[in-house]
Amino acid sequence: MSARVGIVVFPGSNCEQDVARAFSDLGAEATYVWHAEPELPKVDIVVLPGGFAHGDYLRTGAIARFSPVMAAVERFVARGGLVIGICNGFQILCEAGLLPGALRKNAGLKFLCRWVDLRVDNVRTPFTHLAEPGQVLRIPINHFEGNYYCDGATLATLRARDQVVLRYVDNPNGSLDDIAGIVNETFNVFGLMPHPERACEALLGSEDGQLIFRSALAHVVGRDQRLTTPSLKS
Amino acid sequence: MSTYKARVSVMLKPGIADPQGQTIERALPALGFEGVGGVRVGKRIELEVEASDPEGARALVLEMCERLLANPVIESYEVEIV
Repeated sequence: MSARVGIVVFPGSNCEQDVARAFSDLGAEATYVWHAEPELPKVDIVVLPGGFAHGDYLRTGAIARFSPVMAAVERFVARGGLVIGICNGFQILCEAGLLPGALRKNAGLKFLCRWVDLRVDNVRTPFTHLAEPGQVLRIPINHFEGNYYCDGATLATLRARDQVVLRYVDNPNGSLDDIAGIVNETFNVFGLMPHPERACEALLGSEDGQLIFRSALAHVVGRDQRLTTPSLKS
Repeated sequence: MSTYKARVSVMLKPGIADPQGQTIERALPALGFEGVGGVRVGKRIELEVEASDPEGARALVLEMCERLLANPVIESYEVEIV
């Protein structure tokens, strides 16, 4: 039995197929979950993909957090399930209070769509345990509101608990402390602005994004011996 | 119950960089407006609510601000019942 990945689709999501393909290529079984569903199907990992959920009206993620499926995602998190929020998914997780802080408009007011280098600053999470400490990943960003902010006390907590997982090597958007990705206190919710699903094939310029998905899959396989090891691309 | 009109102003909290405000501030001198500073951009939301009195209407709109209309992490808000 392969690991099952539930990809939540909001009205306006647009990266769900890329995420599904990236996970399928690694041997996982990807299924889409419509945002209006009150329950999640039986899955091992939940992904909130990028896009413009509910048109990004009011604020990015502000309406999406009230989609019925989000209550089920919160219960999944409380049970220790792994959740990955990518770009708009990260913004939704912050609005929902599943991750601290908020994503502001980029400093410089430019929509940024380009490759960036990311340093892995915590390799003890389910999403990065296959990385070397300090390893640099080349993954693209594609956002207007990726400028991470939290208050000073929250930042001190994030640092003290090692919750900052990814930092930009060369900060593109003004993010506080060069933050590109963080985890929650219990390390089972991961939000990141870069798009690892767009860096999973050498043909597309990088396959560094696979490291995050392979780590998550290996983690759930290790926890549940009924699941088979994901196939690893050489 | 009566209907009350409310105006909500949502602004980025003081100290939080406002790139839109900064851009406008840089653009104004190009049009000949000198000596402009402190430009901040926010949003105004107008709505009508049913409540028994203005205080009730205000309490209701404040709760809406806290839960949806503003993000308390980065934004502050003011409610005016008119």
